[in-house]
Amino acid sequence: MKERNDDFELRAKHLQGMTDEELDKYFWELTEKVVNPLVNLAETHTSQSIERSVLLRMGFNSLQASKLVDRIFEKNLLSKGAGNVIYRVSKELNSDIIKTGTEMVDGKHWEIADALFEGSEK
Amino acid sequence: MELKPNEKLNINEIMKDLENYHPRRTGWAWRKHLPEGTKKYDFEYFQISEDLKNSVPLPSAHYFGGIDPQPDEVITSEIASGRFEEDIRRMRMAAWHGADHIMVIRTLGQSHIDGLIEGTPEGIGGIPITRKQLRASRKACDIIEDEIGRPLNFHSYVSGVAGPEIAVLFAEEGVNAAHQDPQYNVLYRGINPIRSFVDAAVAKRIMAGADMLQIDGAHNANASAKKAWNVMPELLVQHGINCLFSVKSGMKKGNIALSTVPPTTAPSPEFRMNLVYALTLREIFSGYRFRAQMNTRYIESDLFDATRIHVLNSALSRLTSADIQSTITPDEGRNVPWHINSIRGVETAKHALVSMDGINQYVKINEEKVRPEIRELKMRAILMLEEMIEKGGYFEAVEDGMLVDNGFYPERFGDGIARPKNGGIGAGTVVPRDKDYMAPVSDHFGYNNLPENIKRGDELIGGDTLHNHEKIQYIDELDETDNANKRLEEIENYKKQGLIKPEVEWNYDGWIQIDMTIPESEDYAEAAAIEICKKMGLEDPQLISKTVLHPAEATYVEMKGKVPFFVKKDELVLPKKPELVANEVLFDFFKNRPTKVVAGTVGNDEHNVGIREILDIKHGGIEKYGIKYTYLGTSVPPEKMIDAAIETGADAILASMIVTHNEVHTENMKKLHELAIEKGIRDKVMIIVGGTQISNDMALEHDMDAGFGRGTKGTHVATFIYKKLSGKL
Repeated sequence: MKERNDDFELRAKHLQGMTDEELDKYFWELTEKVVNPLVNLAETHTSQSIERSVLLRMGFNSLQASKLVDRIFEKNLLSKGAGNVIYRVSKELNSDIIKTGTEMVDGKHWEIADALFEGSEK
Repeated sequence: MELKPNEKLNINEIMKDLENYHPRRTGWAWRKHLPEGTKKYDFEYFQISEDLKNSVPLPSAHYFGGIDPQPDEVITSEIASGRFEEDIRRMRMAAWHGADHIMVIRTLGQSHIDGLIEGTPEGIGGIPITRKQLRASRKACDIIEDEIGRPLNFHSYVSGVAGPEIAVLFAEEGVNAAHQDPQYNVLYRGINPIRSFVDAAVAKRIMAGADMLQIDGAHNANASAKKAWNVMPELLVQHGINCLFSVKSGMKKGNIALSTVPPTTAPSPEFRMNLVYALTLREIFSGYRFRAQMNTRYIESDLFDATRIHVLNSALSRLTSADIQSTITPDEGRNVPWHINSIRGVETAKHALVSMDGINQYVKINEEKVRPEIRELKMRAILMLEEMIEKGGYFEAVEDGMLVDNGFYPERFGDGIARPKNGGIGAGTVVPRDKDYMAPVSDHFGYNNLPENIKRGDELIGGDTLHNHEKIQYIDELDETDNANKRLEEIENYKKQGLIKPEVEWNYDGWIQIDMTIPESEDYAEAAAIEICKKMGLEDPQLISKTVLHPAEATYVEMKGKVPFFVKKDELVLPKKPELVANEVLFDFFKNRPTKVVAGTVGNDEHNVGIREILDIKHGGIEKYGIKYTYLGTSVPPEKMIDAAIETGADAILASMIVTHNEVHTENMKKLHELAIEKGIRDKVMIIVGGTQISNDMALEHDMDAGFGRGTKGTHVATFIYKKLSGKL
């Protein structure tokens, strides 16, 4: 931002008539206006770290989670959810999730993942 | 595993069977407050919590019945040795002194690692946060909290590019609190703004599920700005953004703590500026928690300066309010914090909080004076938010360098931190969730296309690790050389041989601190001090602080250096502890053998507290056993002491004295001895000397019968007189 002198008196004219409670309320209304788009962004997006956190919660270790998410990201499947990809492949194979994921770390079953999500909704 | 106060924490025991260790509780624990008016010793307290089972009280506690009242506020100790096996020893020390929030600093650079680290590699300025380190530390905390009788809150950082994963790790391993604030990533870690906020919401939701306390990062604006007192409006804005973002991510207000630091310090008129700021914050953020942090921005390397700042900061906490009083080690400006300074920080907080117990009920803030200033601060923050919205939002404002500007908003210096919305570490790694996006886990923030009948995502997989600890896969070590076991081998080897070496943060690190006053100007003093340390045989001598006493007359210098040798424990000779005789024996003896003494302080010594305690019945002095005393007063000449002994027919002379460097005390001992011989009473009267610096050896060397130093009680002196009179010596 460019340098600017303190023009508080001028800028704050519309605030001077407010009570303290009104100022507090207005502070939070404005904060909400700043925060809402950020919350909305977070609700509708994901990242590699988020997806690794999903795999950790599913019982994969950090090394497995890292390899799986890298592969899923490369395949443009992150938007489906990494957990979702492995969950659906394991259902397809009718196999345990950790076993399926471990096999996927070793390069197996990716064709099933591709087929399951091919042409699905964006 | 139960700890005994006289035994060291057994690291091998902690490391054993870690793969099966489950944290026994999750979530934050506040102190259990005692009702207003609770009595301890002679005093009523308004703001204290339950006592500890084991603790080290403040230094003067023995004058107050040994009480160790614990303030109502949680007290934080920050620990940053870089080795978790050393951190846990510090935790125990800090816990005994009154800390119940143990904040473990992360190693330099972990916030840029995209993923988790495993094992126990050594860190720089903190530990690499890994599952093993967390689990071992939490296990140690569990053991220590049993020992002190109060829950310990274990804390670290959910920041950087791996926030959501770290949050899962913390929830799984029973970490009770964490720093989490996406603005910190953006402004100070150069991490992509979009990635930071998207990750943060997920991390916060996971933290909320584990009932963790969150501390924000706004205080870093304080620590970064040159004119920290000018960033106050922005601090309100930053706190507001993180607070509301956290609530919307699923956290409850009561678990969200503002990290607030008094922005300025002396020589500015700090207190009233900091006070207005603290009051403003507490009004706007009513319902949230306050973590009062001590100022670090203006700490130099002077321990006393830091301590003064911190006492005033804690006073502010008492005059306003705080839920957590954080401590910063006063040596932060010169070392990676040392054991002693961590403890000093905790003691400073405990002392200040207890000393100002209930002060709010006696002192009121002058509303008329502060109100206009509070209103102005609020308006300045509001104006900043208005402009932020005008610019298009948070990302656009950051891109324009609106934040961490040294001007007092709306004044701008044009020196803010600017971060591009689409730049930084992790830029371009965020993707939109598709309509069929799904995550089969619990505590997941955001859009999740779960099947209709499923309430909690992890029902699909039969429960996740947050609800079923057995599902966690434990990785022990990945590096064969950089791990705790390797480091411990060396230490164990020294320990087995019974070797002792001083330490400041690690077993056997060998560092000592040494201070000296050199009658030279700064430059010469520093050079001389290094030379002196070298001649003393210290390795790697370094200056840690200096104070000019006068530009020409003298400089005070503090140095550190390493001791290159060990001391063997089994070769040490411990001074013999005086053997005491049972009270009944003493009562009985002095009843049948009336005994008289004359007593006073000798020479130019007006300090009579010690001798009165040795004499008076109410202090448990020798009078209690039936010994009659004649108190001659202070600064009694040796001649008068001898004359009084003759007049009263005393069996003993008790002479209290201070040790002086010009040897007045030895002169006085000599005089007492020679005068007694001259007057023909030396064989009938024992001459006993005492004083804080007196030792028995020193007394015997100067022909006295006995000498008593610091910590002597009436019973020690009575025992000696009894033994002498009954011919047992």
